[in-house]
Amino acid sequence: MQQVFSIPKSFKEGFKFTFCPGCDHGIAMRLVAEVIDELGIRENIISSTAIGCSVFIYDFLNIDCVEAPHGRALASATGVKRAQPDKVVFTYSGDGDFASIGLAESMNVALRGESITSFMLNNTTYGMTGGQLGPTTTMGQKTTTSPMGRNREYYGYPIKMAEHMALCDGTAFSARVALDSVPHINQAKAAIKRAFEVQLEGLGFGFVEILSSCPTNWHMTPEQAHERIKTEMTEIFPLGIFKDVKNNN
Amino acid sequence: MGKIVIDNNRCKSCYICTTTCPKGLIQKSEKTNRLGDYMVEFNDPNGECIGCAMCAKRCPDVAITEVWK
Amino acid sequence: MKDCEKVLIKGNYAIAQAAVNAGCQCYFGYPITPQTEIGEYLSGKMQELGRGYVCAESELAAINMVMGAVSTGVKAMTSSSSCAVALMQEALSYAASDELPVVLVNVMRTGPGLGYIYPAQGDYNQAVYGGGNGDYKVIVLAPSTVQECIDLTYRAFYLAQKYRNPTILLADGLLGQMMEPASFGKYPYPEIDTSAWALSGAKGRDARAIYSCARDEKAQIQHIKDLFKKFEVIKENETSFEEINTEDADIILTAFGSMARNIKAAIKVLRKNGIKAGYFRPITLSPFPSQRINELAKQGKDFIVVEMNMGQMYKDVKYAINGQSDIALVNRPCGEWLSVEEIVDSVKKVMEKNYATSL
Repeated sequence: MQQVFSIPKSFKEGFKFTFCPGCDHGIAMRLVAEVIDELGIRENIISSTAIGCSVFIYDFLNIDCVEAPHGRALASATGVKRAQPDKVVFTYSGDGDFASIGLAESMNVALRGESITSFMLNNTTYGMTGGQLGPTTTMGQKTTTSPMGRNREYYGYPIKMAEHMALCDGTAFSARVALDSVPHINQAKAAIKRAFEVQLEGLGFGFVEILSSCPTNWHMTPEQAHERIKTEMTEIFPLGIFKDVKNNN
Repeated sequence: MGKIVIDNNRCKSCYICTTTCPKGLIQKSEKTNRLGDYMVEFNDPNGECIGCAMCAKRCPDVAITEVWK
Repeated sequence: MKDCEKVLIKGNYAIAQAAVNAGCQCYFGYPITPQTEIGEYLSGKMQELGRGYVCAESELAAINMVMGAVSTGVKAMTSSSSCAVALMQEALSYAASDELPVVLVNVMRTGPGLGYIYPAQGDYNQAVYGGGNGDYKVIVLAPSTVQECIDLTYRAFYLAQKYRNPTILLADGLLGQMMEPASFGKYPYPEIDTSAWALSGAKGRDARAIYSCARDEKAQIQHIKDLFKKFEVIKENETSFEEINTEDADIILTAFGSMARNIKAAIKVLRKNGIKAGYFRPITLSPFPSQRINELAKQGKDFIVVEMNMGQMYKDVKYAINGQSDIALVNRPCGEWLSVEEIVDSVKKVMEKNYATSL
């Protein structure tokens, strides 16, 4: 028999995720680890970590990490890359860190075309603090700070980050993927790989928005949560590659 | 003919794998883990597993640690 | 230009060129008067030298870029002024806990709030006591001349790396905009080996993570204690000050930064007037030379603190004196520096009123 699946080597020995049952962070981190393995870049990579559930990446991945305050991961990553242009630099954040408190840093990294790679998990809520309204919370969605549902009058609209990033001239690759099914997970892995490749090829900023579930704060079973991604979220946040300089040229 | 290895120490009983396996070879077990959750178990008496690894790809905890085919 | 040659140079340019000489590999900054020349100068210089430079989108981003850069073991810095340094306080708290050798130059202007671009010394508390959360300490160096802008910029890079502690160069608008003859010399300190902790990719070793989040209570308690133990070593080794005519002095004038220039002149005038005045200037505001002040106070010498704020260093001097002698404050919150004449007059008044003007 031939082994067709094993634990990625870029994980720490004996790691165990501390996320809630059914949380897609585990899938996203595994895909990042698999891609790091496949590209053979583990020993040359530095990550700037964000704040939120994503912060614990340094507990799980066997790579060098530097912590940044909330929202500043992309500024910190810029510093790492400018100091060490030969290193592969990436950030792994939630939507709160990337698209709310860190929006200025995210946009400016894309506009400067920093040669770094960023992954943003979009789970339409602030997960770590217990499910508050965030920048990607969908219209009508009930959270602990939008008990009657998100409405225009009090909260305005959710942000579509992958499209915004694609509009920035310094962005080389921008895509939105989802983790609700095996075909989508396969697409997600391909996008994660491409987002690293544009950095390795020196083409500019690589970005992937990953639609992911938060069963705990959505008050759903893991299966129901994936169903919500499939039926509701992909309607609002369409999947696809919004920019790839290779194809655009 | 394939097989999988489940690490019950990592499994958090989200049961995504039980609905993912096209052959229904992963089921909720009668046994519980130290948190009192029913664990999952792989039963393939007729050798139906083809090692598609879909269960492992959807497992959020890398609790399906090996897939063979 | 020879190393020892004197040049007529503005304080801001002196700081910028000293950073280049010190081997600063990356500069990240956002414009704000009265320190903008530092970023302007370095924008060209760093590109010429193939080093890192970013016009950051904000001061928040700038100092976090510095944190990222120094985490890889290189020297890096940012510069800013008062109200914008306020934005950087969060990062200083992180950098202190992460033990990252961040170098920050603050060319002070007036506060609170936007204040204005008048020079002032109102950020003593912000620098020494910090605006970030939690228990932490940074090293604070206060130059009083353009020459010292150079010398202390060198020292800031050295101390930051030697002790893995954020270090602030606390200058002011007067010094930043002032031209004086100064010489650069060579960077006088040994290079610090950062390879034992810096991030370089986990090749042939365990992965490293630099972070301040300790989820174990005991570990966090120990971490904070270790940080303070480290600062005790810094205090022991690095506390520095300048002292003139204190031996026979009855009264010691003390000031930091460029305000000290006028008290240096004032003690000469006072001595001509028959008042035995001495001069004491803390160069490291943190660690503060409390012990020396305490010794001088024990000898019965009174202190007059002269500063361009509402009495910030005054409290540290008073604490150091510990009731052993008298103390008074001569101050103005911002704007035109207290002149030598004003200082001399104020000192005489304080003495006449027997220190009744104390805060």
